[in-house]
Amino acid sequence: MKEFALLFRQSEYAYDKLSAEEYQHLHKNWQDWIGGIAAQGKFVNKGSRLALEGKVLKAGGVVTDGPFVEIRERLGGFIVVMADSLEEATTLAHGCPALNYSGSVEVRELMQ
Amino acid sequence: MEKEPVSLKQLFKQEFSKMVAVISKLYGLQHIEIAEDIVSETFLVAAETWDTKGLPPNPAAWLYTVAKQKTIHHFRRNKIFDEKVRPEVTARHELVEDADALNFSQENIKDSQLQMLFAVCNPAIASEAQIGLALRILCGFGIDEIAEAFLSNKETINKRLFRAKEKLRTENIKMELPPAQEITQRLDNVLHIIYLLFSEGYYSQTQNEILRQDLCVEALRLGLMLTEYDKTNLPKTNALIALMCFHASRFNARQSPEGIPVLYEAQDETLWDQSLIHQGIHFLQLSAAGNEVTSYHLEARIAYWHCRKEDTPEKWEEILQLYNSLLMINYSPSVALNRTFALYKANGQAAALIEAEKLKLENNHFYFILLGELYKNIDNKKARLNFQKAWQLAKTDTEKQGIQAQIDSIPDEHTH
Repeated sequence: MKEFALLFRQSEYAYDKLSAEEYQHLHKNWQDWIGGIAAQGKFVNKGSRLALEGKVLKAGGVVTDGPFVEIRERLGGFIVVMADSLEEATTLAHGCPALNYSGSVEVRELMQ
Repeated sequence: MEKEPVSLKQLFKQEFSKMVAVISKLYGLQHIEIAEDIVSETFLVAAETWDTKGLPPNPAAWLYTVAKQKTIHHFRRNKIFDEKVRPEVTARHELVEDADALNFSQENIKDSQLQMLFAVCNPAIASEAQIGLALRILCGFGIDEIAEAFLSNKETINKRLFRAKEKLRTENIKMELPPAQEITQRLDNVLHIIYLLFSEGYYSQTQNEILRQDLCVEALRLGLMLTEYDKTNLPKTNALIALMCFHASRFNARQSPEGIPVLYEAQDETLWDQSLIHQGIHFLQLSAAGNEVTSYHLEARIAYWHCRKEDTPEKWEEILQLYNSLLMINYSPSVALNRTFALYKANGQAAALIEAEKLKLENNHFYFILLGELYKNIDNKKARLNFQKAWQLAKTDTEKQGIQAQIDSIPDEHTH
């Protein structure tokens, strides 16, 4: 088995606009989705959720604040899963709640 | 009022481990077999003497006195004492008089047992051997009882115990509490062994109900022992105890008087032990201190919800999320199946069916029972096929009967 990172990107993270119930529902969707991967024995670790604020350093010492307009979909976080192949890892990504928010999941093998 | 007469067997269970711990503490774990022999001989003398003269007023004190005499006699007479033990003992204790050093005070018994618990649960010993050794040395189980609990034979168990004791010697394991910086990590090992002991009793294949209950009671006792010391009385210790209390509360409801297992849904909740449930809630509250969430915390919360019979959406949503979290820490096929069942209760049959199909636990008859259940009324043909697979894989007649009843309950297809 190889390890893969599933990287979540979304163009928008309007969490502060969500009601308590909506937020809870969103949280549940993520937990259920990750739980489903873990139920197959293919979950490795939670990775990290990334804070929404950040800075970008560019060549020449130019520092800009977010939002990172060049990147249409901002990286929100990642988890690490186990799979035999890139195809299988991509199958695990189906159902990821980021997809419901016009986001995407990037699947990349972790180099040993 | 007269006290209930205690049987020699009960006394053996209670006192064997205490005396072995105290003697081993003084003379070292390399002599643990001698300690066992001395204590066994003490009980032989007790059986003979009490048979003719009746039970003494304080049987435990009587046993301690005889064990003390036998121990001193043994080590004085034996060359081992002069050649090997005395230099160590004198170095450590600065020539304490033997009779005083062998101290059966409640305090010293408690300390010695706790140290023995850490010694037996040393990571150097293989875990199956650890459970055997724990049962023998910490719980006073006979070899035949251990063999029965493991569905094994006395010879295998004896070999396993021999190897475990040899490890105690070769790894030079000492009877002492681990240093402060190691104690949390070593405690994990101790908790794991207690958890395995409990599970051995709770899920064991053996039909001997008394033995199984004994195992659970002993595991609970060892857990409670850890709460008496600040350094081991951590939230995760409390979580494990809560978990054991909740499970143990349903012990009597799990089986009909005829010995047939009763499924959770069909259990008579008036048979659930309310005092154990209350004790569980008490320890569950204590376990909430601190930030660490262990698998014991999650399992204890799940077990807590199972002690509440009402079937509300909130209950199953909570259980589902606990299983989700548990699987992220600790995957096992049975947790995956339980999680999928909770998903069925919380998110509905269709959602659970999709997830269940991904599990692919092809050799597990519970898996096919779950699939059968989930296909019911969605695709009865597939429901039937899955139950039939489960029937083929089931190991006992009782299980096969239960599955057959499920097959019979599926309405016939009206296909041509």
